[in-house]
Amino acid sequence: MRARLAAGAVLAVVVLLVPAIAGPFLRYLVLNMLLLALLALSFNLLFGMTGLLSFGQGAFYAGGAYSAALLLRAGVPLLWSILLGALAAAALAAVLGAFCVRHTRIYFSMLTLAFGMLVYAVVWKWTAVTGGDDGLIGIPRARIGLPGPLDFSLDSPARYYLFAAVLVLLSMAVLHRLSASPLGLALRAIRENAERAEFSGVPVRRTIYIAFVTAGLFAGLSGALLAPLEQTVSPSTAHWTKSAEPVMATLIGGPLSFLGPILGAVVYLGLKEIIVRFTEYWLLVFGLVLLAMVLVFRGGLVGAASRLRMPRRRT
Amino acid sequence: MLFQGLVGLSEAMYLWLVAAGLSLIFGVMRVLNFAHGSLYMLGAYFAWVAFRVSGSFWVALLVGPLVVAAVGWAMEFGFLRRVYSAPEAFQLLLTFAFVLILDDAVKLVFGPVYQSPPTPAALSGAVLIGHSVLPTYHLFILGVGALVGLGLWVFLEKTSFGLVIRATAADREMARALGVRASRLFTWVFILGAWLAGLGGALSMPVRAISPGMGELIIIEAFVVVVLGGLGSLRGAFVGSLLIGLLHAYGLLFMPVFELALGYMAMALVLIVRPWGLFGIREG
Repeated sequence: MRARLAAGAVLAVVVLLVPAIAGPFLRYLVLNMLLLALLALSFNLLFGMTGLLSFGQGAFYAGGAYSAALLLRAGVPLLWSILLGALAAAALAAVLGAFCVRHTRIYFSMLTLAFGMLVYAVVWKWTAVTGGDDGLIGIPRARIGLPGPLDFSLDSPARYYLFAAVLVLLSMAVLHRLSASPLGLALRAIRENAERAEFSGVPVRRTIYIAFVTAGLFAGLSGALLAPLEQTVSPSTAHWTKSAEPVMATLIGGPLSFLGPILGAVVYLGLKEIIVRFTEYWLLVFGLVLLAMVLVFRGGLVGAASRLRMPRRRT
Repeated sequence: MLFQGLVGLSEAMYLWLVAAGLSLIFGVMRVLNFAHGSLYMLGAYFAWVAFRVSGSFWVALLVGPLVVAAVGWAMEFGFLRRVYSAPEAFQLLLTFAFVLILDDAVKLVFGPVYQSPPTPAALSGAVLIGHSVLPTYHLFILGVGALVGLGLWVFLEKTSFGLVIRATAADREMARALGVRASRLFTWVFILGAWLAGLGGALSMPVRAISPGMGELIIIEAFVVVVLGGLGSLRGAFVGSLLIGLLHAYGLLFMPVFELALGYMAMALVLIVRPWGLFGIREG
């Protein structure tokens, strides 16, 4: 436990030191990694713990991004726009989740994908509100919206980085706490054997529903933080290719440990940054990486590392 | 009105061919093939190449789907069968890896732009029915779709191989115990499913522009269709395809803004009333 706390503290310090030691490019890249890590953690709340593969996290990511963008453009202070954006995404998850959690396994994956694309279709066509194809532009990095001397302006990218990084780190702490909570235990019980969990008194469907809405909330927060960073939001945030990113990050890092999705997000975006310099066909490369992960390293990088450290015990 | 209905029904046939393969593979193997849309796309590209080489639409229609069937064999035999014992999510992810690989591979080989090959001369005319002029090709597609439906029905219900397939779908353990070589059967079913998707793609070649993104579009629609109709049910896939095809055609006519969302709304509606789909079997 103490080692984990130390690891978390080191991660936090490194992340918060980035603007002081890195240039604008690296700072931008690291913030993107953090946002993807948060999105991947939200995905893994369902996948790693419950075994439910959601292909629609993009819907909530976009829900958060568009809500925050609309609020910011209406003049709402930054912090409140972001938090309300995340809540709007959670509300969306509460509606869609009611349909999705009635099903398990394959049906769940298909439904999340289809509903994700429904959100994409709505964002694409509802031009009056979402700007349609062009998306929303000119999103201000407004004042933070806290009372008195705490009311910073976040106009400079370095300041915005710190603000966003703190929110992401706090969310990671909450999600980590959640994975060790009774809810986390109930989710793992469902993954191992849903029927047995039901008989031991775990309300299976309600527990999955809570996890689904929580995952929507944090995916929405990740999206909401994107809006002021890019200062534009486009329909691609809802597309299924966006939903596939947390899946890839989690698979690369390893779904069975808390650190997996975070490590995976760093590796995924880092690799992408390198690959796109050589070829525009980076999805082809990632397809091959994913293939290797599924066939050989189902535990991801974290799984492979722990296998090296602890050789498999003979049974 | 009639014209729009016919357009809707013929669009439904491409969807039906993809959904049929998807549903068949799922029904027997319990694997949801994410890459089924990519196989459809390959069908169109291979048929296009065959058309360029041979100059004959009929050769293209024969060769394209067969090459896709071979790709299906490689996918199942080389990769998919290694993960049958893994959790379902990993099987889905394996097929998803193929989506990424095949889509980008097609871009790499054929370029990212749209290609639109010509309609074969024999089918490029139009037929006058009542007061409506209907393109011959659309009627042709309808005929092929119906023929494939009939063929599948006869194959599954009236032949002994079909019987074995149905038995394996119903109870894999029991079928194995009775001497069915399930792994070989899986390979054949996957090949058949891939061939169906390839046929859909090859048929779509003359009327729908070919592009690397065409697989992604149809696979999501096919998901909607099989959820609507019930996963694993061919009758459900057929009815679901017709429903979605007509919804799109008339939606485009009457409410163009919501056209894209209509199919998803129909799906949500069915899920509230019958969560297992129109023709599906209750889960668990």
